[in-house]
Amino acid sequence: MSFPLLTATAALPAIGAIATAAVPAARRTAAKWLALLVSLGTLGLAAAVLVRFEPGGDRYQLTESHAWIADFGVRYELGADGIGVALIGLTALLIPFIILAGWHDADPLETKSSRWRPTQGFFALILMVEVMVILSFAATDVFLFYIVFEAMLIPMYFLIGGFGDRAHAGSDENAATQRSYAAVKFLLYNLVGGLIMLAAVIGLYVVAGGFSLPEIAEARASGELTMATNTERLLFLGFFFAFAVKAPLWPLHTWLPNAMGESTAPVAVLITAVVDKVGTFAMLRFCLGLFPEASAWATPVVLTLALVSIVYGALLAVGQRDIKRLIAYASISHFGFIILGIFAMTSQGQSGATLYMVNHGLSTAALMLVAGFLISRRGSRLIADYGGVQKVAPVLAGTFLVGGLATLSLPGLAPFVSEFLVLVGTFARYPVAGIIATFGIVLAALYTLVLYQRTMTGPVKQEVSKMPDLRVRELAVVAPLIAALIFLGVYPKPVTDIVNPAVEHTMSDVQKTDPEPEVEAAK
Amino acid sequence: MSASAVHSLWTTAAEPVSRIDAPHIEYGQLSPILIVVGAGVLGILVEAFVARRARYHVQLFLSVVALAAAFAAVVGLAVTGHGSTKAGIVAMGAIAVDGPALFLQGTILLAGLVSLFTFAERRLDPVAHGKQVDSFVAQAGAPPGSKSEQAAVKAGFTTTEVFPLALFAVAGMLVFPAANDLLTLFIALEVFSLPLYLLCALARRKRLVSQEAAVKYFLLGAFSSAFLLFGIALLYGYAGTLSYAGIAEVVDGTVTSIDPALADTMGNDALLLIGAAMVLMGLLFKVGAVPFHMWTPDVYQGAPTPVTGFMAAATKVAAFGALLRLLYVVLPGLSWDWRPVLWGVAIITMLLGAIVAITQTDIKRLLAYSSIAHGGFILAGVIAMNEAGISSVLFYLLAYSFVTIGAFSVVTLVRDAGGEATHLSKWAGLGRRSPLVAAVFAVFLLAFAGIPLTSGFAGKFAVFKAAAEGGAGALVVVGVISSAIAAFFYIRVIVLMFFSEPRPEGPTVAVPSPLTMTTIGVGVAVTLVLGVAPQYFLDLANQASVFVR
Repeated sequence: MSFPLLTATAALPAIGAIATAAVPAARRTAAKWLALLVSLGTLGLAAAVLVRFEPGGDRYQLTESHAWIADFGVRYELGADGIGVALIGLTALLIPFIILAGWHDADPLETKSSRWRPTQGFFALILMVEVMVILSFAATDVFLFYIVFEAMLIPMYFLIGGFGDRAHAGSDENAATQRSYAAVKFLLYNLVGGLIMLAAVIGLYVVAGGFSLPEIAEARASGELTMATNTERLLFLGFFFAFAVKAPLWPLHTWLPNAMGESTAPVAVLITAVVDKVGTFAMLRFCLGLFPEASAWATPVVLTLALVSIVYGALLAVGQRDIKRLIAYASISHFGFIILGIFAMTSQGQSGATLYMVNHGLSTAALMLVAGFLISRRGSRLIADYGGVQKVAPVLAGTFLVGGLATLSLPGLAPFVSEFLVLVGTFARYPVAGIIATFGIVLAALYTLVLYQRTMTGPVKQEVSKMPDLRVRELAVVAPLIAALIFLGVYPKPVTDIVNPAVEHTMSDVQKTDPEPEVEAAK
Repeated sequence: MSASAVHSLWTTAAEPVSRIDAPHIEYGQLSPILIVVGAGVLGILVEAFVARRARYHVQLFLSVVALAAAFAAVVGLAVTGHGSTKAGIVAMGAIAVDGPALFLQGTILLAGLVSLFTFAERRLDPVAHGKQVDSFVAQAGAPPGSKSEQAAVKAGFTTTEVFPLALFAVAGMLVFPAANDLLTLFIALEVFSLPLYLLCALARRKRLVSQEAAVKYFLLGAFSSAFLLFGIALLYGYAGTLSYAGIAEVVDGTVTSIDPALADTMGNDALLLIGAAMVLMGLLFKVGAVPFHMWTPDVYQGAPTPVTGFMAAATKVAAFGALLRLLYVVLPGLSWDWRPVLWGVAIITMLLGAIVAITQTDIKRLLAYSSIAHGGFILAGVIAMNEAGISSVLFYLLAYSFVTIGAFSVVTLVRDAGGEATHLSKWAGLGRRSPLVAAVFAVFLLAFAGIPLTSGFAGKFAVFKAAAEGGAGALVVVGVISSAIAAFFYIRVIVLMFFSEPRPEGPTVAVPSPLTMTTIGVGVAVTLVLGVAPQYFLDLANQASVFVR
């Protein structure tokens, strides 16, 4: 029995969360350092996972399997495929930056003496989210996945509801109301999705007699397990609904702008760059892996919804007055691209979608965290309150621009590669969808550049004239993210090497092959 | 015609008087029941002879020791193999000591024990005239609002009779699922029902509501007992015997000798069908299955909350135990006839319980309808007609009892000037004011809703799995749908507690003594343990899932 590396990767932040929460109230800084060190240790373990993972090897590697509830066929079963490994890597990479960026977000306000320990709680909750996310990327038991998928909601709820953005337009009381509204909306949307998924999970057990994803997929492939068409479609819908809420896909997206707008910038990054990825990841792994025929059946509708997400999210982003809500709508647009790539059912599309998940995590983190630094300086989220920042704080403006350009998929930065792959992959099978999706890029350029123009260029506004530039801690957050964006933009091979074999497996699950190129050879 | 021949027309020669054999009683195997009955009798003597101020402590001590000792006896019997290899029928065929009986007795005893702590809670009600009082009336005989009532309250009287009453109820419940003939079944039913009727009437506050609930319960209960008794008579006519095994033989057609006196009626299917239906009615009344559920909301609401918790948990355990034994031991040969009926009952019970619960505005009534819906879920497991059906029902009952008792104990804590604040609107924002209590209640609600990692999920999963294996797939679909409906109102309460603004004149949460804390703590612990690591208890239920015949 080998060392349970995946369990260790999830266990370290779990222990770290408990330890962080237990740090005495007076030792706030110690708690922060502890959380940071734990997240770095987790990053080390995730790196070990990446090293141990052999891209050309078995589909699921580093597997662990222990009996849990034998009577129900529930097992503690972990295993990583290429897609899971890439996303575990992304999660472990982003958490230290999120912690570092939120270094002062949970400091107690001087005016209020609070009995509980908000700082410790903030960092412990972030680490708890990391635990659940890593486990959901690694779980190959459907039941175990369901548990961690739902358990994620609890720390997220408290992070959104308990630690709001201090830069709020209205009064303190108004801010608290808005915040708790956002947290409740987040919780209820995801809870309803989760309950519907629970019914489908039980339905799956009734049909398949077990919860093990590899076993069910194998039984389906070999023809041992057949599902009635309608049963499969219903089960697919049950799973897909929960993932579409989480991802989020139009029209189930409305919780995201509230949640991202009201939470602090690092938590907003946690939501969109880390937690939401579980939704798209699970579509790829569970919807396509368990219900290939139903996935094919649902493809036209899903593609349409994805296209609506792309265009609608981008259009609403153009119209936003609030920086964070703008980024939230931009994310909805990008999730549309990811889902489009997944359901295009081409290997390019799916590789692109997986790569997109990683790249979107990096680019949104860069943009959102810099936006957070900006907002914390001025104390306002409204675009109209800024102007001419690039003259006062050139480094801040520059990094904001790079993050923005990554978001609009400028060639040379990582998201371009993935967006291009998604579009090419979609076009190969669904040309019209590919053409419509391309408009999303145009709109992305519009909302990003207008955002930059209004906040950073032009005459320097009175209120921003004393704005300090990025501090060392903030640079330490942004610089590596930008480096990663540039590196993967120029040389995406490390990620694609890991992802591609896994995508091949998924493609064989859904029994699809890439369409032949239709260009006639020159005679 | 000779004189002697004429004489023989209306007389017959008496047989020589034979020796009456002393019945053979296996005291060891019956010890759990005997301990509890004995303690109940002792409790009555305590009422008669011990000074009033010492009674509470003596009664509490006596009851706790008795229930703990009885539980130890059950464990001892189970460990020595009386639940499996040495299972047998004792007390001249009246009582079966086997796996299901011991499992259910253990469950009833534990449920009774933790309920008793809430019976004894004396810190919740404000101190009256220098005396700490519990949830029970000062003097049951004093009419509500009368001078004698005021005098009793002023004197600081308390009704310590509740302890022996509860012990008698527990004793009846211990016999009920172990009864091996119909007469014992009926007597056990009465033994546990009568104390419950009384206990329902003993609320300290809202006495008229409490008495109304008791009368309602008593009248309907007596009615259902009559049905049961009539059914028993018909079944006797059909089979010529009251013993379970004897009736089963006649049903199966494997009977060898026929009593000439009963030859006319024996084997008459009309008697069997009507008799079985009536007996089932009596039992379905006790489990609160639709359409015999009408009493549940009123009684649950009116009874003192500790009694409600005890009744909701332990009665269900006992009644489902008896139902299981009756269906699996006596009437398996008739399953083609009763299964369709119980299918229908299970479906409407699940749906009606879940749907009507949505409209409730009182937390106790809401829990009552929820208990109706849960009865439907358990029935789905009963219908499975396989070993998994037995074990899943056993497990479900264990899980459900502790959730129920825990939930009702939390209800006793949330109070305003008029006593318990049971109207749902008063629970708004409770999570802001008392996060711990609200969180604990949320755990119980999630367990009721059947959310994973709580015992409710494991129980529902086991029951539905057994039902699906038993060929009742449609029942599972209805079960999942009504679980979803039910989840809606459980979650609505959670949302109300945590996400609504507290009302300015809202209730306060009383700080209980360690007694109620123990009850709630045990409830939460069992709920989580059975949810996270249920395998040991599932194994236990599996081992206990064979009836002796």
